[in-house]
Amino acid sequence: MMKSLLVIGVSASLVTGLGWTRPQPGDSKEKKPIVVGFAQEGAESAWRTAETKSIKDEAQKRGVTLKFSDAQEKQPEQIRAVRDFVRQKVDAIILAPKVETGWDVVLAEAKAAGIPVILVDRGVTVKDDGLYATLIASDFVEEGRVAAQWLAKETKGKANIVELQGTTGSAPAEQRKKGFADELAKHPEMKIIKSQSGDFSRAKGKQVMEAFLKSERGNINAVYAHNDDMALGAIQAIEEAGLKPGKDILIVSIDGVKAAFEAMVAGKLNATVECNPLLGPAAFDAIEKVLAHQTVPKYIKSEDRLYEQKDAAAAIGGRKY
Amino acid sequence: MVANEMLSRGADPESRRPPRRARSAAWPLLCLIVILALNCLLTPHFASIQVRDGRLYGSLIDILRNGSVVMLLAVGMTVVIATAGIDLSVGSVMALAGTAGALALVRHSGGGVWEAAGSALVIAALSGLLAGLLVVRLKLQPIIATLALLVVDRGIAMVISGGEKVRFESIPFEAVFHGSVLGLPSALVLAALVGAGVWMVLRFTVAGVWVEAVGGNAQAARTCGVPVGSVRTGAYILAGLCAGLAGLTACAEIKEADPAAMGMYLELDAIIAVVIGGTSLTGGRPMLLGSLIGAVLMQSLTITMQMHDVPTEQSLIVKAAVAVVVCVLQAGRLRLVPAPRKPTGATG
Repeated sequence: MMKSLLVIGVSASLVTGLGWTRPQPGDSKEKKPIVVGFAQEGAESAWRTAETKSIKDEAQKRGVTLKFSDAQEKQPEQIRAVRDFVRQKVDAIILAPKVETGWDVVLAEAKAAGIPVILVDRGVTVKDDGLYATLIASDFVEEGRVAAQWLAKETKGKANIVELQGTTGSAPAEQRKKGFADELAKHPEMKIIKSQSGDFSRAKGKQVMEAFLKSERGNINAVYAHNDDMALGAIQAIEEAGLKPGKDILIVSIDGVKAAFEAMVAGKLNATVECNPLLGPAAFDAIEKVLAHQTVPKYIKSEDRLYEQKDAAAAIGGRKY
Repeated sequence: MVANEMLSRGADPESRRPPRRARSAAWPLLCLIVILALNCLLTPHFASIQVRDGRLYGSLIDILRNGSVVMLLAVGMTVVIATAGIDLSVGSVMALAGTAGALALVRHSGGGVWEAAGSALVIAALSGLLAGLLVVRLKLQPIIATLALLVVDRGIAMVISGGEKVRFESIPFEAVFHGSVLGLPSALVLAALVGAGVWMVLRFTVAGVWVEAVGGNAQAARTCGVPVGSVRTGAYILAGLCAGLAGLTACAEIKEADPAAMGMYLELDAIIAVVIGGTSLTGGRPMLLGSLIGAVLMQSLTITMQMHDVPTEQSLIVKAAVAVVVCVLQAGRLRLVPAPRKPTGATG
């Protein structure tokens, strides 16, 4: 009984399977599927898992065979993964580098084997930038600038702002600070009255905001946080001080994580500039162009946009991270 | 010689005071008073305390509330260091216990205070027990054993949470760990109760004598019948429990457990608090009150820098400088005239 059911099942799937794969006219010169190796650096944050998922999903959608390696935040592991991909003669490699330096040798090996390398979300410092095809990443300076533009519009160019910086010395913190300051230079009546590091964490963001609220009592119009987590901490500090976040004090931050959208729906966060981890489509667009011998720019800016409270409710369902 | 040391180190409570200049909480306390006094003069509204929603509100309260996590860690750390050990794992234990507690809260939506606190503290105590066994049974150096746990505990926290932050809503949990008692932040009350409890145990039971004896000279203590292994293991379990409580208060404050960031580098803050509080890193007498004052001192420095907008890079230097100065004063080594050479005895 079981056996006959199995036979029916198998033959049925064979029939349908054949039906699906029957070659269409004109399809015959279609090559075997592209094989792409993806050397991810780790899975330390929701942002990064969203990035991984985006690339995996996009590969599946386009019928690309994806070989995936998670280096667990170790560069030597990641170098070994790239080397394995070269040995397996993949068609292209996507690399999300753990750090910026130390890539010359392995990228030269890939180049010698004629395999293009697409960098995602972080650049590398190499002697010869011909070693990689393109870099797809967010522009942190631009994110800071967009946040400042929104704040200038909202406050009609007049505000006392406190800034919650990310981890001192990290690239996103430095560049988000710079972009914001650059834009603010155009508005003489917008001032950063206090700026301290909250280490990108909610707990630190809250503590720093508590100190600001006391030393600048009644003087703060707006908060600019280098990431959503610190903004969420600041929101709690403002509430505990008996004020209304989003009304008494405007808050703008960067990243666009799901919790930030929830805070916007609740009216507590005013705006967030998305730092998009969904780089899959752009990465495979670039790969297809490179493999077709078309030129691609050395730097492709990923699409980051600002979300306001009025967009939040509509956008929240689609947030993947 | 050995018996001599035991006597002077604390076998007889009446002669516990060492012959040299006693370390005391006086220096960190003086330093704290100076910082607070300067703030009262220079920082607007610094000393003002208001009542908002039945809680006290003001910078002084912030210092005590935000300092209470390190105060809790410092209580356990004091006892471990007094036994001539060290516990680098407390920050990771915070993350592990806090995450476990938060996951329990998510399972019992809306309530689950007991389940959360219970699971967090059991896990924290187990981690402390493991540290103790590694040190006592496997004879690993404390710095190595607890460094291993520093890595492992945060790893487990990441695994059980799937690497993501655990958010929760539990009004009773927040009332216990982020509420107020007579207007005071409950985290502070908790730290004070734990500190007072441990102080009384050290002062009024044989445990205090044992801890000091093990830290002074473990060999001598063993000869005198002190259960050295159990004392050490007990110290690590206490440090684990304190870290567990610290983890619960830290995640109650932000209604979220962040396994990647929670408690990061706080083991260093706790060690600094203990050292400027007067407990010697080579073991000996636990200076619990000094450690608590040390924790409050470092937190007031942090808040002072934030209120005066000192750039982070510079504020770290200032904090380090203050810590070094207090330690030097504490050790009594800052002498303008060289002290006459004394023959070094067992207690020197």
